[in-house]
Amino acid sequence: MTEYAFVTIKNAAKSYGALEVLKDINLTVQRGQIVAIIGPSGSGKSTLLRAINELDPLTSGEVWLEDVQINRKLPFRQYEAHVNQVRQDIGMVFQHFNLFPHLTVRGNITLAPRMLKGLTEAEADTLAEEQLAKVGLSEKIDEYPSRLSGGQKQRVAIARALAMKPKVMLFDEATSALDPELVEEVNLVMKQLAEEHMTMIIVTHEMDFAASVCDRVLFMDQGVVVEEGPPSVIFQNPKHERTQNFLRKHLNR
Amino acid sequence: MGLDFSVVPSYFSVLLMGAGWTIAITACAGIISFFGGIIFAIIALYGHWTLRLPVRAFAWLFMGTPLLLQLFLIYFGLIQVGIDLPAFVAGVIGLGLHFAVYNSELIQASILAVDKGQYEGARTLGLSRGQTLRRIVIPQAVRAVIPPMGNNMIALLKDSALVSVIGVMELTLAAQQAISRTYRPFEFYLAVAFCYYIINLALEAGLRHLERRIAASR
Repeated sequence: MTEYAFVTIKNAAKSYGALEVLKDINLTVQRGQIVAIIGPSGSGKSTLLRAINELDPLTSGEVWLEDVQINRKLPFRQYEAHVNQVRQDIGMVFQHFNLFPHLTVRGNITLAPRMLKGLTEAEADTLAEEQLAKVGLSEKIDEYPSRLSGGQKQRVAIARALAMKPKVMLFDEATSALDPELVEEVNLVMKQLAEEHMTMIIVTHEMDFAASVCDRVLFMDQGVVVEEGPPSVIFQNPKHERTQNFLRKHLNR
Repeated sequence: MGLDFSVVPSYFSVLLMGAGWTIAITACAGIISFFGGIIFAIIALYGHWTLRLPVRAFAWLFMGTPLLLQLFLIYFGLIQVGIDLPAFVAGVIGLGLHFAVYNSELIQASILAVDKGQYEGARTLGLSRGQTLRRIVIPQAVRAVIPPMGNNMIALLKDSALVSVIGVMELTLAAQQAISRTYRPFEFYLAVAFCYYIINLALEAGLRHLERRIAASR
């Protein structure tokens, strides 16, 4: 596809005291590429994802979105203004949805576009309707999150992130908290985004989904990228023993 | 000597006046405790330590000592340092600050109880710290804090009887005056208990109405 990197992570490292959770990680994601990060819990995959939008800042290393360095070292106030700005371009979907329970679906989706992009109420409403139609939940626009199923909540969370027109979407185990029968509806929405060539970085335990949707798979363990490549290679022909062991456990469920 | 409630109606206007003062004290102290509670909570959670430590110490002082003693200190004690407050004002300040400290604890707890995911959800969209607090955290904390704070207001109404000892002519002291003239303590104390109960019912009804309105908006 395009020639230059869209998301670039250079020499990323993070430690909590003596505990190193990320060790010298390099990753480039091209525009429109879909990258899955897999690995055992505690491998650092969520931490890496959360470093991309500064939820868990790196100890050292760089994170870039196109030509903007996300984790710039700046004085506090400038840093805050900078991250608030760059985060608008990075959509994130969480395991536990993090919808705002005191706002309706409409309120959840329109809050940030209205506050940060200065959309009028009418413009924001149109936007909410568009995004909800996309995730197939138009009829839920005036419901409160407490009235939705887990799968519906997650689809609203995706619509909320998309309403900011992000350049890249991060998914942090988006289906891990869902009942098995609700996983598919969320996967379908993510597949649809893939078809629209949204750039996506997906931390997941769903090997089948990673295999069918992603362009590239990273296997992480103990804070390092052990192996990466196209899903056909990683899933069918992994080179490293750690990858093989991990996949044996996860594919034969 | 049996009970004879026939003496109570002749003191109706005295008791009514007392009830009026009780409501006035409760309302004024309630407002102080509400806004004071918010201010103390904000300082305790977000303030610089030079503010936080005195507020902390102040809170311990007010929670660790009897309200009655606090009223004595404010009314009688402060005169010695040249601050001569009218009894009503001293009572309102004492009750107001005392309950402000308790409200502050409730507000802090309700803000801290808002899930970390709510901050992350908001910050990830690009909202600043302040915007996240105002639009996401505080509205949720307010919903959580109203029922327990309502209980504090009911406690405040009942504890307002204590200001009778510094001479505020509220319901309890009004009853004592009527008793000193009629020697009918049982009748008047019962009558006054009934008055407190009625005022409390009204207060509770108001609080329930508020809770319902807030519950309806979620």
